[in-house]
Amino acid sequence: MPSHPNVIDPAFTGEVQRESEQNLALCYQCGNCTAGCPVSFAYDYTVNQIMRLVQAGRKREALSSHAIWLCASCETCTTRCPNDIDVARVMDALRHMARREDMVSEKAVGAFWKSFLDSVEKHGRVYELGLMAAYAGRTGRMFTDVDLAPMALRKGKLGLKAHDIEKIAEIRGIFDRYREQQQ
Amino acid sequence: MSPRYAYYPGCSGLGSSLEYDTSTRAMCESLGVELVDIPDWNCCGSTPAHAVDHLLSACLAGRNLEIADGMAEERKLDGIITPCPSCLKNLKTTQRSLSDPEFRRKVEQVLGKPLRAGLPIKSVLQVVVEDLGVEALGRLVKTPLAGMRVVPYYGCIMVRPPRLMRFDDPENPMALDNLLRELGAEVLPFALKTDCCGAALGTVRKDVVARLSGRILDAAVEAGADAIVTACPLCQMNLDMRRPQINRANRSRHNLPVFYYSQLAGLASGQGEAATMMDKLCVSPRLLLNSLAQHTGERA
Repeated sequence: MPSHPNVIDPAFTGEVQRESEQNLALCYQCGNCTAGCPVSFAYDYTVNQIMRLVQAGRKREALSSHAIWLCASCETCTTRCPNDIDVARVMDALRHMARREDMVSEKAVGAFWKSFLDSVEKHGRVYELGLMAAYAGRTGRMFTDVDLAPMALRKGKLGLKAHDIEKIAEIRGIFDRYREQQQ
Repeated sequence: MSPRYAYYPGCSGLGSSLEYDTSTRAMCESLGVELVDIPDWNCCGSTPAHAVDHLLSACLAGRNLEIADGMAEERKLDGIITPCPSCLKNLKTTQRSLSDPEFRRKVEQVLGKPLRAGLPIKSVLQVVVEDLGVEALGRLVKTPLAGMRVVPYYGCIMVRPPRLMRFDDPENPMALDNLLRELGAEVLPFALKTDCCGAALGTVRKDVVARLSGRILDAAVEAGADAIVTACPLCQMNLDMRRPQINRANRSRHNLPVFYYSQLAGLASGQGEAATMMDKLCVSPRLLLNSLAQHTGERA
């Protein structure tokens, strides 16, 4: 477990509640989310512990956890929550906040998503080869998945050319106006 | 009148899951379902967009909904369909989020246009199973997949979360089971039919995918399956293209092929291996397809 000081931020619970649009007070720690979560084995905090940290206002521990980045968005927790809390959406909200606060613990996951969205902004669609190159450059992980490249190329599963959409200006406009709104 | 849908192929359909897109289009054509590609469609943002910001995710998905809206009346569209569960979840989440007027205002501001987003959004699988019925596919069968033992693997989000997806049972879906049985395959009970394969963590955390996808392969072999059949491009890629990584990490030697259900639908209706792009699969289905042909030959 990470050893951050247990600083309590009373406003944090409300912020997560607003961002996720979920009533976090409904969580009574039954542990159904954790029981069903397929990635629990790799987490530093289990899902119900993350929910508890949020309820208790322990912002730093929640936002700097590895768990929120390893969540695969499989929606099993949301499906099985007896109180209908969209737990996967809470995990989404925590990732949004962690990025804004520059507290991303799984740097490689953050880098992969950034590379993915850059590719969308540039081409309008994901250009898989360009995405892998950008990710390798950003993380220094130059050999990520190169073992798969010969097979992927032979099977024509890794396009060598980007498929730019015609009205790429519309996508760039979306990203530009989105960034303006965030300021 | 035959149903007509706006079709959203998704990015993987252009590359890593070309065989899914191609066989899906062929299946729809043979069922009399007309597909109108959403012109100049863009990426829905997939997992990275919703994990980064819900507004950005809704805007990327929303542009596609807006284009479909624009042609809905003239082309008399019955809705929007996509083969990809991840695209489906983003398109449907966006439609749902737009019911909040404040959120809708923000999305329209970023898009620079108003959005209706009123068309029903479904997976191709849902249309085949619920609207047409698996019997419609059964009527097209020329060479049943007799003797082929398969486990259906739905992936997590084809049916989840249930209040958003509104399709089949979130814990024990039967759509693929029934469809594959209609094609003549022997469908085995499979406890892991909705368990996660590791999804988008394949590139960054191979250990997670090796463990989760490895479990699915173990269970399929234990069930006595000759093949896994899926409806999700990311599940297929993890279980198929990443097989050497999984086998290496787990010291396993799994060699069972992973088909898209639409490929098997095509094969059973006599489209042949070339048309259904069987050569695109990384783990070769050669032996299985040979024994299937032999089986069919013996019966004839």
